Amino acid sequence: MLETIAFSLLNGLLYGMLLFMLSSGLTLIFGMMGVLNFAHASFYMLGAYFAYTVGLVTGFWAALFLAPILVGMIGAAVERFGLRHVHQHGHVPELLFTFGLAYVIDELVSLFWGTVPVPYRMPESLDFTLFTMFGIDYPAFKVFILAVSVVMFVALYILLKKTRAGLIIQGSLSRPDMVSALGHNVPQVFMWVFAIGCALAGLGGVVGGIHLVTEPGMAFLMGPIVFVVVVLGGLGSVPGALIASIVIGVLQTLALSVDFSLAGLFSGIEVSRESFFSTLWYMDSLRLAPVLPFLLLVLTLIFRPRGLMGKREA
Amino acid sequence: MPSRNKPGIVAGALLALSFSLTASAQQSEDPVRIAYIEPLSGAFANVGDAGLKHFRFAADMINQDGGVMGRKFEIVPMDNKQSASESTQLLQRAIDEGIPFVTQGNGSNVAGALIQAVDRNNRRNKDNRVLFLNYAAVDPALTNDQCSFYHFRFDASSDIKLEALTNYMADQKDIKKVFLINQDYSHGHVISELAKKMLKEKRSDIEIVGDVLHPIGQVRDFSPYVARIKQSGADSVISGNWGNDLSLLVRAADNAGLDVDFYTYYGGGLGTPAAVGERGEDSLHQITVWHADVNVDDNLSDYETWFTDFKERHPEIDWYYHQIYNQMYMLKAAIEEAGSTDAVPVAKALEGMTFESPTGTITLREKDHQMIQPMYVSVMDSDAKYDADNSGLGFRTLAKIPAEQATVPTTCDMQRP
Repeated sequence: MLETIAFSLLNGLLYGMLLFMLSSGLTLIFGMMGVLNFAHASFYMLGAYFAYTVGLVTGFWAALFLAPILVGMIGAAVERFGLRHVHQHGHVPELLFTFGLAYVIDELVSLFWGTVPVPYRMPESLDFTLFTMFGIDYPAFKVFILAVSVVMFVALYILLKKTRAGLIIQGSLSRPDMVSALGHNVPQVFMWVFAIGCALAGLGGVVGGIHLVTEPGMAFLMGPIVFVVVVLGGLGSVPGALIASIVIGVLQTLALSVDFSLAGLFSGIEVSRESFFSTLWYMDSLRLAPVLPFLLLVLTLIFRPRGLMGKREA
Repeated sequence: MPSRNKPGIVAGALLALSFSLTASAQQSEDPVRIAYIEPLSGAFANVGDAGLKHFRFAADMINQDGGVMGRKFEIVPMDNKQSASESTQLLQRAIDEGIPFVTQGNGSNVAGALIQAVDRNNRRNKDNRVLFLNYAAVDPALTNDQCSFYHFRFDASSDIKLEALTNYMADQKDIKKVFLINQDYSHGHVISELAKKMLKEKRSDIEIVGDVLHPIGQVRDFSPYVARIKQSGADSVISGNWGNDLSLLVRAADNAGLDVDFYTYYGGGLGTPAAVGERGEDSLHQITVWHADVNVDDNLSDYETWFTDFKERHPEIDWYYHQIYNQMYMLKAAIEEAGSTDAVPVAKALEGMTFESPTGTITLREKDHQMIQPMYVSVMDSDAKYDADNSGLGFRTLAKIPAEQATVPTTCDMQRP
């Protein structure tokens, strides 16, 4: 039992940190700027593909920095020439714009790289077993993912809370008129925030593309879950997104690792196998695991609309 | 979202119009159209796209040699987004456009829905019947309880594959504990049930130490499943997973240093070897009707040319669906024998047809329209002549199972028109 719990915690933590890398950018874009960016997971996918292609020339370590910058530049262009014009018409056009953008990016990726997964592998310098626990190896790469996401969190936190730039960003998002009156270029601030958000998603892709499979379906696979993280963590809260990611990661992994069902939890109560509710009663956690994040999303919206650490309601 | 489909509808209408205008003038030069209903977007788009390239290649080869009765084959791609309901709507569209043949293979749930829809149409709409040619959906029910006169399966069904695979596994004395992990839908359920039954009959000493079903196409991180396999002490894993569900599983197993043999249906499947990489060497097995190195092992020089020509045209993927070769040539033969593309005479010609495939004589069993053909058990190996997916690894044959031993009885009670 101890083994199972230790495994689940560790695996859950790793998966959670991967989720955080993906969703921290969306926390900025959706949570702070209020832009419903459906294409966020597509920027994550671009990160993976760029890192693969750039890495062929420069090697992994340079690609780790170059790919997110490239994705960030595309993000800046999207904001400058697309979203900025759409933004003033409200949420619905914005949603449709990013929805379309997601399809366009998907299609372009299939065109350029083909529909078959690309052989994007981890660098040899990280391809070794760091430690072994209860007979299961933990590759150095997984720990590297952990390290990258921690660095990401700290950097983002310091940028927003401790620097002058963070002050201007937060001000531009909540009181654009005031900040503008103080002589700052608010639209440019928006562009930078969007670009940083996209670059963060790209960085998630650089690492996630190795851990998962780099293929054109990867954006669709990750698309919905990032929204769950942002809403659960609370709009605009980076620490909230971190906690929400880890909660989702650990919960999901626990549900997959430990067999339990309502029948098992309340073993005293008997429900007839024929009754309508027996399916739910005897359903084991394995079946439940994939729905758990979305169940959490629904419950959050009902009982705590501002999420774990958010300041305003979703 | 009607507006999104508008250009498609207009284009389709124009296309249909142009066909109807030319139809009367050039009856004999009309192409023989085959609707290809597969996911061309979403999580499984890579699989659907590769199949399309196979069909187009086979059609081009046949067309170059004069086509079928002087007409050309034309493949009409339709994107079903891996949804059964979407597929039946597309089937209706194909019927409305007068397309006589429909092919599909990814997802037995989709195939099952198509069989029902084809049956219903052919019963009600006698002037416009269609044949359903299934190249890869392997749920045994499709040729047992749900069998239909208008459905033909060119791949081996999963019970036949499992029969062949467990025959091989039964001879491997070092297999003691087997873990089953499959996708949670009909195909995965069938494998889980049959593997337990067949292994018990053939090797009662083998212990089934785990049996897990996971949601299809939704699991991002397989490490919790791998932890389960590890804890169960399994030495072998049987999995019917395909696409990313298999790649991610094998990758997670390798990351965790899990040392087990994977016995799979789709280990050589499009994209999987590239995603798995050298982690699969000597551990990733597959049971298939063919693989690239069979050409070398069995000296099939013509078919080797076919393979290399395909590779030249599509360097990013390999010729993988051997059954598409059989399907297209047998369809050509059946149309020529029937002298038309009408469903009933073509179906009668296909029924019981024997065909000289590169791998040997194969037969479309009359009773249930299931192909009976030789099978191969192979394992990933860096010494193979042909790499799968440019991954640096190919497959090495471990055993060839002759057609007579790769068969199981059917319960099909077919209604013939």
